[in-house]
Amino acid sequence: MAAEEHGEGLTFHPMDQFIVQPLFGDGAVGVFTITNSTLWLAVTVIAAALLFVMGTRGRAIVPTRIQSIAELAYGFIHKMVEDVAGRDALKFFPYIFTLFIFIVFSNFLGLLPKAFTPTSHIAVTAILAMGVFLTVTFVGFYIHGMKFLGLFWVASAPLALRPVLALIEVISYFVRPVSHSIRLAGNMMAGHAVIKVFAAFAPLILISGIGIAVTPLSIIAITAMYGLEILVAFIQAYVFTILTCVYLKDALHPAH
Amino acid sequence: MAEHTAEHATDAGHAADAASSGGMPQLDFATFPNQILWLVVALVVLYLILSRVALPRIGSVLAERTGTITNDIAAAETFKQQAAEAEAAYHQALDDARAAAAKVINDAKADIQKDLDVAIAKADAEIAARTAESAARIDEIRASATEAVTTVAKDTTKELLNSFGVKADARSVTAAVNAQLKGGAA
Repeated sequence: MAAEEHGEGLTFHPMDQFIVQPLFGDGAVGVFTITNSTLWLAVTVIAAALLFVMGTRGRAIVPTRIQSIAELAYGFIHKMVEDVAGRDALKFFPYIFTLFIFIVFSNFLGLLPKAFTPTSHIAVTAILAMGVFLTVTFVGFYIHGMKFLGLFWVASAPLALRPVLALIEVISYFVRPVSHSIRLAGNMMAGHAVIKVFAAFAPLILISGIGIAVTPLSIIAITAMYGLEILVAFIQAYVFTILTCVYLKDALHPAH
Repeated sequence: MAEHTAEHATDAGHAADAASSGGMPQLDFATFPNQILWLVVALVVLYLILSRVALPRIGSVLAERTGTITNDIAAAETFKQQAAEAEAAYHQALDDARAAAAKVINDAKADIQKDLDVAIAKADAEIAARTAESAARIDEIRASATEAVTTVAKDTTKELLNSFGVKADARSVTAAVNAQLKGGAA
């Protein structure tokens, strides 16, 4: 690797970290192939299980540190669902909690060096967002029947404007899963890629004199981006979850 | 990482193709079925773990804690009331004891005063009796002394007159002595 860099200068491969490749052996990625993505999905599930099952094993009235983290997450999402979507949305609490925990664990585990971030892939976030979209649509029609279409018919607007508004509402409704998924994947991908770009500048000190200035700067930039990424990892999980609650509220109480 | 990618490129893997051609690995659709399958598996497993085990457990722990706190607060309220009652009883007992003590002191003082009065009266009476007795004896002594002096004076006068050769008349001597004694007394 060093020889290569000496030969042709710096190498930029900021997107290599997102390549899905088989974990054992080489070759094409089939449907059942165990890939690096599969590995980190498994790590996510195991880490979440450790926190929420092993951590709460004591069922202590005065909680241990790990148990109080689990309780904090529980209370945080429980309150969010109750405040945003209403009390009757609490039967969806396990589903929303699963989404939040999956995304937050995946985001944070992806910040480990050499890790793979499943949530940086549109395939993953699109399935999450479609799941929410289909659930919310199904729930809306199941509870309210055809009256659920009233969500698109703004009764408080002047009659002449209503068809126009209905068109806009329908479009915005179907754009939801797109923005919902691309927001998460885009944020996770961008930060990781920027860190990799800065990282590619770091070995410049081995090649040319200007590296004396560039290398420390790029290391500082990596550190700063990493701090920002920690923030983004949580905020994006939070945004995804709270938007799910908002959509669920629309399905349960479609009136404007 | 670069070497790894190069190897992949020669293996003609889909992922490596996407990377080496500069495209986004995220848009390598050949990996989508794989990613989606394992994502769904992971989500279902995580959902089952959380909804079957973790969430009911945390929910019950939180409910239990709320219950415990409520009970403890109620118990604390009861104890506080009991403490207030005990304090009131203590103060009552203290006041009662103070009153009883004051009564005992007053009674004792009254008894002592009574005894003292009796003793003083008795002592006064005794002193008066003794004084009277003493006065009587002093009077007696004084009377006998006067009589003795008179007798001695008469005898002495008679003797003096006898030695001077004068036959003394007993009556005039007595009169003269008496007069003299009276004058001396006066």
